[in-house]
Order: sequence, then C-alpha cells, then structure tokens
Amino acid sequence: MGAGRRGLGAGLVMLGLLAVGLGAYWLLTRPAPLSGAQLSGALAAAEAVEAGGAATPGASGLSGQQVFDAAGCASCHAAPGAEPADRPVLAGGKRFATPFGTFVAPNISPDPKAGIGAWTDAQLMNAIMRGISPGGAHYYPAFPYATYGRADPADIALLVAHLRGLPADATPSQPHEIGFPFNIRRNMGIWKRLFVDHDWVVANAAEPQIARGRYLVEALAHCGECHTPRNALGGIDRGAWLSGAPNPTGKGRIPDITPRGLSWSEADIANYLKTGFTPEYDTAGAEMAEVVENLSKLPETELKAIAAYLKSLPAGSEGTGDGAK
Amino acid sequence: MRHSSLLLAGLLGATVTATAVLGAAHMDPKALEDAVAARQAHMKLYAFNLGLLGGMAKGEVDYDASAAEAAAANLSALASVDQTRYWPEGSDAEALKTRALPDIWTKMDEFETAQDALIQATMSLEEAAGTDLAALQGAMGDVGKSCGGCHKPFRKPE
Repeated sequence: MGAGRRGLGAGLVMLGLLAVGLGAYWLLTRPAPLSGAQLSGALAAAEAVEAGGAATPGASGLSGQQVFDAAGCASCHAAPGAEPADRPVLAGGKRFATPFGTFVAPNISPDPKAGIGAWTDAQLMNAIMRGISPGGAHYYPAFPYATYGRADPADIALLVAHLRGLPADATPSQPHEIGFPFNIRRNMGIWKRLFVDHDWVVANAAEPQIARGRYLVEALAHCGECHTPRNALGGIDRGAWLSGAPNPTGKGRIPDITPRGLSWSEADIANYLKTGFTPEYDTAGAEMAEVVENLSKLPETELKAIAAYLKSLPAGSEGTGDGAK
Repeated sequence: MRHSSLLLAGLLGATVTATAVLGAAHMDPKALEDAVAARQAHMKLYAFNLGLLGGMAKGEVDYDASAAEAAAANLSALASVDQTRYWPEGSDAEALKTRALPDIWTKMDEFETAQDALIQATMSLEEAAGTDLAALQGAMGDVGKSCGGCHKPFRKPE
C-alpha cells in the first residue's frame, strides 16, 4: 500500500462526495412543472369556453378578462405611470425595490421578440403557476406564482388566452438588479421547496361565499404577497397570514387586514374595493389604488366574497417568524 | 337650464384651478401652514358629504333622493372652488406636516388635469344622485377614481 494509492483513494472519495453533492443540488433545485394531464385538461377546457366568445365565463365563473383583473397582472406589468387606458399594454419596466435587490417587471405583451408572443400555452401556464421560464429557469417570487399555483388551471388557461389578445409592445425587458446568492436562479429551486405551498392557508372554508373569497384572495388577487410578513429568506409566514408587514420599499407598514387590524364592515370592505373609498372617505393610495383599479372591474358578488373571507379570518394570529411549511 | 349652468360652473372651475399657483419665495411659514390647514379642511368637507352618499350606496342609510342630490351638489360646488391660494410653493411634505408631494409643483399640468377629473365626476354625480339608488351607486365609482387620480401620484403614502 503506497502513499500514492491512499492519496488516489481519498481523491476518489472526495470526487464521489462532490458528485453526490452536485447530484443532490441538481435534484433539489430541479424545476417541477405542471403535469401533461393538468395542462391538456386546462387548455382543452379553456378552448371550449373561448368557443363561446372572449367574455364567456369558465367553470369557476370568471372570464379570461376577469381572471386578468382579479390576478392584478396590469398592476406590475403595465409600464410605470401608465394611464388607466394604457394598462392593457403589458410593456413592463416597473421597478420593485426589495431587501434582496431590485426586480424589474418584464414585458409580457404578445410581442414575439420582447414579450411572450412566441411562447406555447404550456410554457405560459408553467410560468404563471410554477414560476418556470420556457428555458426551464426558476423565476423569482416577486412574480406571485406561489399564489397563482393555487388557481384552477382552467382559469389560468383562460388568462393565457386573454394575454394573447392584448396589444403588443416592443420595449425590451430589463434585467433585475440583485446580488449573490439570489442572482443564481437555480438556487430558487430550493426556495420553492421551502416556501411554495399550494395548500389553502385557510384550510376550512365551509361557506360557499367564504370559499369563493378564499379562491380570489389566495389564488388570484395575491393579497398575501404584501399583507403577510416574510422571513429572512423572503418566505411567507403562513402563521401570520394577512396580519400586516413592513413595506418592502422600507417606508411605513402594509396594514393588518385580519379582523384584528381592520374593523371595517363587510359592506365597507366591498365598497372600498369597488370605489377606493375608506369608511372615512379617504381614498386608496399607492399600490392599493392600482389594486382597486383592477378589482373594481369584478362583479360586486366577488368583492363581497373577498370581504366575507377577510372577516372570517382568525383575529390576532401572531407571526411565528418562520415561513417554512 | 340647470344643466347648462352646471356645465358653465364646471368649465369656470376648471379654468380657475388651471391658473398659476402663487409663487412662494416670500411666504412666511405661518401662511404656508394656513394653506395646508385650508386644504385639509376642504378635504373634510368632501368626506362629510361623501359620507352620506356612501352610506346610501352601501345600504347603511336609507336612500333619500333630495338629500342625495343636495350632498352631491355640495361636492360639485366644492370641487369647483378656486384653489389658487391653497397650494403655495413650499407647502409640501418635505417642509410641513402634510402628505402633499413636491411633484405637485413640478407637474402642475397633471395636477390640474386630476382636479378637472374630480369636477367632471362630481358633476355627473350631481345629475345621478337624485335619480335613484342604482344611478348614485354607479356614479360613486368614478368619483372614487378621480380622488385616487390625484392621491395616487401626488400624496405621500402613510
């Protein structure tokens, strides 16, 4: 047994460990797209609905336009400062400062080069519901795919059809400005494993109206993305659901909208989402004004469902500071 | 008759608010604070009248056509008030206890356009409020949007 052979053996073990480590990393960070059955079922359902015209509601009761409004796509993807009339033009460019860096909303208009015009339906579905790019890279959760992943795939298929009908814009998307380790997209696979949880946060919603509100809030309107605190890695703290959070821009707090923090009646909440008026007749400001801009287009029954859901939340849920599931 | 006088009042209001804002190089701090107080009092008057209409729209207060029309007429009158002296330069969030952003003075055209939208929306509300509850509810949305149209770009978030 010479020293050379021992050295070779140790080297092989090291290489082996490295290979196992890389393999584990590869497995843990691998994207997990929608299944073929989920995709084909949803796309076929959407196609059948669209045959009745663009405004036809799908099985969930929402049309593609209404899914678009409820999901608030234009709030982030319209050009910064776009007039309401220009908001169907999803040219991107809006900047979002966060503790992890600045994210820039991309162009998702149907332009074949700058936007999503050349993507397949399946690629769009996986982008929206699983945060996976057509090239298989992970998106950052500034894009609320963790929320949209709870949606009925048939609704997202209607949304995809709606996006394709919006005006094209050739403005190129700008790169995000983020630092290590978040600049390595592959790492977001681990983030997804830790923090993306497609189960409902409110497990029991027996009343149909509350279940409807839960669908709108937890799967489309993504209220929780701003109104719920996050842990140090940016994972949502489900134990403190909708109980308010620091503003990621660093200024002020985003309010608690559980009954502990929001004493408004259901009618007050529905009216606020319809008109932007608070019960004191102040008006929605900042990002919330854009949320109202979108949600006010939904039928009043949907806004009342959101209100009923919010009023049904447990009051006084305390944050655990632990966003892991 | 009533309609055309309304329109005239609206146009007049739009023209008046579109006039130049006072230069403020020599305004003393007390005068600036007074302007902020006047603005905030004016906002309270909007809220007071909106309170009744919103209560009706939400179904918390019984709909009363003449009371609704009166409150809406107040709003329309308030929206058309000459605000030239309300907005002296320097009476912004950086200098005083107010949420008025300095952008008001650098983007005065946009600020005035936003004010004109309120004049238009309250005029429509005045026409709708006395008709019936559904018409009132329909017109309230545009008033809310026009409030937000100014608050969103020109008011500092809390």
